[in-house]
Amino acid sequence: MSLLESSYKNVPTGIRKLLYVNWAIVLLTIAIACAGFLMLYSVAGGSVEPWLDPQLNRFGFGLFLMIAIGMVPIWFWRNVSAVGYIISLLLLVAVELFGEVRMGAQRWINLGFMVLQPSELAKITLVMFLAAYYDWLPLAKRSRPLWIAIPLAAVLVPTFLVFKQPDLGTALLLAVGGGTIIWLAGVHWAYFAVVVSAGIGTIWAVFESKGTSWQLLKDYQYDRINIFLDPSQDPLGAGYHITQAKIALGSGGVTGRGFMQGTQSGLDFLPEAHTDFIFTTLAEEFGFIGATTLLALYLLLIGFCFASALQNRDRFSSLLTLGISMTFFLYFAVNMAMVMGLAPVVGVPLPLVSYGGSAMLVLMVGFGLVQSAHIHRPR
Amino acid sequence: MRRPPKESAESARIIGRRALVVGALQLGLAGSLLMRMRSMQLEQAEQFRLLADENRINVHLLPPARGLIFDRNGVLLAGNEQYYRVTMTREDAGDVETVLRRLSKLVPMTEEEIQDAMKEVSERSRFVPVTIVDRLSWEDISRVTVNAPALPGITAEVGLSRFYPQGADMAHVVGYVGPVSDYDLSRTEDRDPLLQIPKFQIGKTGAENKMEQTLRGSAGTLHVEVNALGRVMRELDRQEGEPGADIQLTIDSKLQTYVEARLEGESAGAVVIDLEKGDLRAVVSAPSFDPNLFVRGISVKDWTDLNENPYRPLAAKAVQGIYPPGSTFKMMTALAAIEEGVLDPEETIYCRGYTEVSGTRFHCWKTAGHGNVNLHDSLKHSCDCYYYEVGQRIGIDKISEMAQRFGIGVRHDLPLSAVAEGLAPTKEWKRRVRGEDWRIGDTVNASIGQGDVLASPLQLAVMAARLATGRNITPRLVHTVDGVEQGADADQPIGVNENSLRRIRAAMDAVSNNNRGTAYGSRISEVSMRLAGKTGTSQVRRITAEERARGVTSNADLPWERRDHALFVSFAPVENPRFACAIVVEHGGGGSSTAAPIARDIMLQALYDGPPPLEAYPSNVRNRIEEQQKRIENRIAPGAYPTSDRA
Repeated sequence: MSLLESSYKNVPTGIRKLLYVNWAIVLLTIAIACAGFLMLYSVAGGSVEPWLDPQLNRFGFGLFLMIAIGMVPIWFWRNVSAVGYIISLLLLVAVELFGEVRMGAQRWINLGFMVLQPSELAKITLVMFLAAYYDWLPLAKRSRPLWIAIPLAAVLVPTFLVFKQPDLGTALLLAVGGGTIIWLAGVHWAYFAVVVSAGIGTIWAVFESKGTSWQLLKDYQYDRINIFLDPSQDPLGAGYHITQAKIALGSGGVTGRGFMQGTQSGLDFLPEAHTDFIFTTLAEEFGFIGATTLLALYLLLIGFCFASALQNRDRFSSLLTLGISMTFFLYFAVNMAMVMGLAPVVGVPLPLVSYGGSAMLVLMVGFGLVQSAHIHRPR
Repeated sequence: MRRPPKESAESARIIGRRALVVGALQLGLAGSLLMRMRSMQLEQAEQFRLLADENRINVHLLPPARGLIFDRNGVLLAGNEQYYRVTMTREDAGDVETVLRRLSKLVPMTEEEIQDAMKEVSERSRFVPVTIVDRLSWEDISRVTVNAPALPGITAEVGLSRFYPQGADMAHVVGYVGPVSDYDLSRTEDRDPLLQIPKFQIGKTGAENKMEQTLRGSAGTLHVEVNALGRVMRELDRQEGEPGADIQLTIDSKLQTYVEARLEGESAGAVVIDLEKGDLRAVVSAPSFDPNLFVRGISVKDWTDLNENPYRPLAAKAVQGIYPPGSTFKMMTALAAIEEGVLDPEETIYCRGYTEVSGTRFHCWKTAGHGNVNLHDSLKHSCDCYYYEVGQRIGIDKISEMAQRFGIGVRHDLPLSAVAEGLAPTKEWKRRVRGEDWRIGDTVNASIGQGDVLASPLQLAVMAARLATGRNITPRLVHTVDGVEQGADADQPIGVNENSLRRIRAAMDAVSNNNRGTAYGSRISEVSMRLAGKTGTSQVRRITAEERARGVTSNADLPWERRDHALFVSFAPVENPRFACAIVVEHGGGGSSTAAPIARDIMLQALYDGPPPLEAYPSNVRNRIEEQQKRIENRIAPGAYPTSDRA
């Protein structure tokens, strides 16, 4: 019985676990979700229908899920990681075969009792699987090519499947999220140097392939990229979204136009004001102060995750916590960059704020795992 | 995990180190997001706020009410009338076709109009009202409103349109308005946004056109908030425009109407000037046309009729028609010579019926000749040979100089379309325009107002006015703008010796009132109202020697378009002149037979400010005049002109 093994004996049990929940994280998720509730109410023109009501229910369920998952010992989650990952892969394949096409992409699978977006599930299971893998792998083997091939494949297979759907945003999140765990596990930096160069090469290839038979992206994705680079070339067409989003955001000024006073969202100039572009509504109505406050809340949440992960001497736990916080970070960073015109429009929601079930539940499950890791950390 | 504690600690150390890198990267990214927010929300906020407002605020123009036009007595000449139109909004209508079919049973609509309306409605946004039928009568619109419950999406609206209650009588003075066209826009410097309103009415001719800026007023604005689809959400701000200024003309509509009626059947132009301030009391061109036709959009048939009429109803002959003034020009030739001292008014010149000038014979209208004539007799009898001689003495340049002082060959500044300049020819002019030298024969022709001399009825009236007063009378058409008197400065003396003028006036008096004068037949018998005038008959063809040998052909035997123009210039009363009048009857035959009687009637109408007593006429014509007055009275009975209704 090792030192660590014995330290698990001090882990709280039963109802006492509630005392060890990381309440800071719970409170921050509630605070962030509340910002979302306000905005959904405003975007609906001062009504709980059609968005606020379902969102509240979902978040309530999500909170319950977070605590419930947190109560389950972390080693259980570690043990089911591989299974969960394989199930996600199967669902991704299933979506490819039987998925529903919505908004031009195959992303949804109807399970009968609910509509599931397997790519969202894959974000969590991939992190879990990689954390478990490096927890299992002896430290000395981490940089050997063979032992790198496995996690690399584990990242690339779901990434490729999601990319094919096509959902560029989620594929990017999966790749970067998975890559982050491999980095955190301590794999030699030279590999990352190679990957970064390869990434640059890929970007080159993407542009080079345009208009050829091996074109890597769909035409609308090229359009999005082109218009991202120069929104003015199509102000009323595809560039309309970005232009209107920037106008909304910029016109907020320091203090914003006031709750429910945003004209860009109120008068329907903003596309998708309740989902991907909800941040611009917030920035329009609450201004620089509101926008930076939300950013601060997000960073604070990440900070608490980091603190929890670095305190935790269990390798699976800290890798998992960091991986989930990285996924969370990618969500809001990509979303904000996108609506502010710093990144192409790739369809990533603002976490815990945007209207939508899959993303919110997956994030709450993720924070549930973080809670589990926190509660059951070796002492 | 069964793992050596050493490796566990090592792992934690690695994760910690690597996590720091990740954290730093995250902070860096978050920092750039923050900088982006700062730059957009703090530094460029104004600019984005402006763009947001541009997005949401639409500016609608509110057309101002056009200024009204009145005559000198406050009679409405151009007004704005309400008219009714029916619009349809697709989203409220539901089944567009059914509603339109029902509507077509209530108001006059052709099958074609129904199809057009359906097309237009389906092409526009579902919340935009589309005009279905325009210019409906009150009865039609009442039927629509009563049946409103059966006509969803149909709205009755009121608009303003121009109408001219005086109809044809004022058409050449007031002009008319019409919808602004691309052609109008292409040649105007006017950047008034009102012109961008579809079918906005602007002045096309006459005072409506020349006084456009005064009459138009300025646009009001309506700021509305719209959503991304353009649907109006609410009214933000409404700024009513300035209505156009009302204009009062110097025209006396009663006199104008009389003159128009008196000229019925002729192709003529007549101008009456009030000598007190130069007010134009009547500026008439006959025949005329109904300007209301143009406001509504003239039909092809009406347009063809107007255009192909040989009497040219669309031409404003009073100001834009130019004619050789004939004998009415002789006063200019005489005055020029007297002023230069080359002619003594008492000096007699022998008329033998023709004058030989460098081998060419110039004939007097009286083949037998007038014998010895002085200035007085030359005007009274309208002797031509006298002026052939006088003209040669003084030369063309002096004659034209005098003519210009009296307003011939000068473009009078009036707010009317195509005011003609006419022509008082000079040697320099002929060289410049024709590239030929001035010849003595040209002077001979010009000295009796033939050849190159051209004048409009307006210019002849101005000449008569200046002769009558000795003042530099400037014609004036606009009496007041918004109640403010316009340009009524006292006229300066014309600078011609008053004695010479008195002699001319006395001769003109004799033309009408001496029993040997050329216009004695058209005299006024009421002594205090006596008229002084000068007849003119200007040739539109050259009389060949052969014709002359056969004896001069009577005008009545010639086709209309080859007959002489009949002219008469006059002022009255002789003692204390109040009005000057000039009339040109195109191809009317003789000045004394055709133009002078009309001028007398007009003058009496002006002097008595209405129908004159029969006693003002010589006893031998009273019966005929009585009949004529009745006929004219019937013609100008109220309601003679239909005002407005859907055609």
